[in-house]
Amino acid sequence: MIGILAQGGSGPVIPDFGGGGAGNSCVRDNGFFCWNWFQQNWSDTFQPRLIEHIELTVVALAIGFVISFAAALFAYRYKWFDFPFTTFSAFLYTIPSLALFQVLVGITGLTLATALIPLVTYTLLILFRNTLIGLQEVPDEVREAARGMGLTRRQILWRVELPLALPAILAGLQIAAVTVVSLATVAAFVYDHGLGSPIFDAINRGTFKTELIGAGGLAILLGIASYAFFAVIQRVATPWARYRRA
Amino acid sequence: MTSLDTAHDEGPSARSGASGGTAAEIVFDSVTKRYAGQEQPAVDNLSLTIGAGEICMLVGPSGAGKTTALKLINRLIDFEEGDITIDGRGVRGENVTALRRGIGYVIQQTGLFPHMTIAANIATVPRLLRWDKQRIRARIDELLELVGLEPEYAKRYPAQLSGGQRQRVGLARALAADPPVMLMDEPFGALDPITRGRLQEEFLRLHARVSKTVVFVTHDIDEAIKMGDRVCVLRQGGRLAQYDPPDVLLARPVDEFVADFVGADRGLKRLSLRRVGDLHLLPAPSARAGEDGTAARARVAEVGYETLILVDDDGRPQGMIGRDSLNGPVNASDARSIGVFGRLDMPLRDALSVMLSQAGSHLVVVDDDGRLAGLVSADLISAELAGTDASARAFDADEVPT
Amino acid sequence: MITATVFQFFGDNTSLLLDQCVWTLKMFGAAFGIAVLIAVPLGVWLGHIHRGAFLAINISNVGRALPSLAVIAIGLTIFGLGFLNVMIALVILAVPVILTNAYVAVDGVDSDLTEAARGMGMTGLQTLWRVELPIALPLLFAGMRTAALYVVATTPLAALAGADGGLGDVIANQASYRFVGVVTASLLISLLAFAIDGLFALLQRSATPRSLRGRRGIEAKGSVLEAT
Repeated sequence: MIGILAQGGSGPVIPDFGGGGAGNSCVRDNGFFCWNWFQQNWSDTFQPRLIEHIELTVVALAIGFVISFAAALFAYRYKWFDFPFTTFSAFLYTIPSLALFQVLVGITGLTLATALIPLVTYTLLILFRNTLIGLQEVPDEVREAARGMGLTRRQILWRVELPLALPAILAGLQIAAVTVVSLATVAAFVYDHGLGSPIFDAINRGTFKTELIGAGGLAILLGIASYAFFAVIQRVATPWARYRRA
Repeated sequence: MTSLDTAHDEGPSARSGASGGTAAEIVFDSVTKRYAGQEQPAVDNLSLTIGAGEICMLVGPSGAGKTTALKLINRLIDFEEGDITIDGRGVRGENVTALRRGIGYVIQQTGLFPHMTIAANIATVPRLLRWDKQRIRARIDELLELVGLEPEYAKRYPAQLSGGQRQRVGLARALAADPPVMLMDEPFGALDPITRGRLQEEFLRLHARVSKTVVFVTHDIDEAIKMGDRVCVLRQGGRLAQYDPPDVLLARPVDEFVADFVGADRGLKRLSLRRVGDLHLLPAPSARAGEDGTAARARVAEVGYETLILVDDDGRPQGMIGRDSLNGPVNASDARSIGVFGRLDMPLRDALSVMLSQAGSHLVVVDDDGRLAGLVSADLISAELAGTDASARAFDADEVPT
Repeated sequence: MITATVFQFFGDNTSLLLDQCVWTLKMFGAAFGIAVLIAVPLGVWLGHIHRGAFLAINISNVGRALPSLAVIAIGLTIFGLGFLNVMIALVILAVPVILTNAYVAVDGVDSDLTEAARGMGMTGLQTLWRVELPIALPLLFAGMRTAALYVVATTPLAALAGADGGLGDVIANQASYRFVGVVTASLLISLLAFAIDGLFALLQRSATPRSLRGRRGIEAKGSVLEAT
């Protein structure tokens, strides 16, 4: 039933658990984690997969952000746009990820687009809502003071409203990044890319533990790292937010 | 600089030439503002001239359109009927952002930008006007000093400041580009009474230094009387009820609405506007210890008093001695305590209160050096109120006690 | 057109799909039930003693950052293929959300109320049971609701990890069930999610005292947690 996985020929050497093969007793016995093997396969399996995963995440996040940001600015100006976009992105959000990947295979084939499109769609709701709410929660008196001091509409948006929405926007990016890292592993089911590939490989080859732990561990570390990355950005970019009253 | 030195006829406009700052005359000419879908206009045919350098207080019940009237000046609210001019130039003819950059704007919730430091907040308009960095930095230092904040506040964020401090920053930010006009919308309304009182007084002192034309909205009639050169009372529907200096407003409200609005205690309020030093004090019979008692007794009898004020060699009151004890040389051991002294900068209201609490008919007044200046009596106070109705004058910022 | 074929597929495969639904619900029930049993008492207790904020908040943050498939993959090495592994992975993913909400819900009860309760002579447990828990309940349910949705939406991944059953099996096997099978199974997952969400919405509502209903505060609190 996992037959579909067997695409892509760049996987690591198939270990032979029965003996011989790799000539490594740990691998032969499918030990819990064979550090040797992990090291040997770092440069041609794990490292490139990790980089692919990061690239996929960054690209999906960037596209999602551009779309959501533009949509949020539009909805901020024209309130009627909020409801349809929220409804649309919430609808996309509720589709099980695996299903969306599978459905897209029928349309865009086993390509990067099939992996990328669902990842982008899952960022839309969070990024759109957080940006819009961040803008809407700018206190009226701040907006009025800005107007009263003679800032133009554009100046108010870029100098006052968006900086004040930044914590909410960054919080959105943080959740979106973590979500994309997670779903990108699933994407490997339809497009041989990222850290999901060695995971599926390992399952296919009889749950090869070292590879599962290596790839799974890297994915977990990447998830936590992306969470921490945005936590740091938030702290550095919005020093004032620390003093905000509850 | 005692209050005695300030001539009664020194009008508010005399201050417009004070050092530092510019001021401009604001004229409302038959201004009417109607909101769509509302029957009653928010501001109804308002005509008003606010002299350059004056503080004009807009008061009235809610729904009287005072904030609306204020926001018409910097066109935060647009209007179609009538015109408002600042130094002769109609606000509707100006580019709206340029107009606003030339008008300081202070609001109750301060509207400070939470993401900017105090320095960056103050620098907002100078940056829009593309001042060079050095000039902006110098201006920030100057303004922090002016509003009474330590220079190290420059690097903090608004959330790190108390309410009163934030309002000071709001004031500094509005003053940054030295605008000739300041609009203040209940700036002290959210502060506790003690902070509010302090900021009111500091603002008056500051205004005496920088001289701006100030339009100040408040719902607090006491604040209006305390701060205003003139008070503009608006009634429901944005119609002008009375526009006069505070003392005139209190002495001669034009109708029942204004009388009600200023309150039944308006007589007492007028007492707050005047100070002991404004009165022609009654002469006080005094003597040093060791002086001839009989002569002193004669002096006391001459003005019809029962007691003599004992003073030291510098003329500072030490106590009082009953007329009957004045036999032989004046003896310090005969003196009784005087209690609380009046001071020249004491509002008449406070002087009266002291008199009532000491159950005496007179109050001994000392000058700034503590020397005997004279006596105040309740009669003197009521005569002052009655006598100056005709020549009621504006409260002068220079008289604020320090 | 697609609706018709979906119905036809459903009609042709009713018993299979119902079996898979039951499997999915079993998986959900087991994982969610265990997660609640672990996270609610712990979160409530920590909230009651107002300790462990760091733990409660950060566990949730780290938990949120765990890629679900990676957790399942690592679980495979310990528990092997099958139901148990997927269930444990789902428990790991659900616990942080419930724990944090439970903690915040109880910790956030107005201290005036707990002080008043103590002042009236209630013991710590009585305060917890009669004052803190009733007030914390709506937010506590909000956390459970979020976690429940997450668990249901993640069950299809079980199929990728060799667990034999569930609607994910159908979704993952486009080769056998074709496009229409994927769509039908996805719809069923969404329906299950919808039903479970509705159930928890109802619980959350009935747990909110009538006097507080309609006030946005409590429900909003739950969603703020999700958004940060």
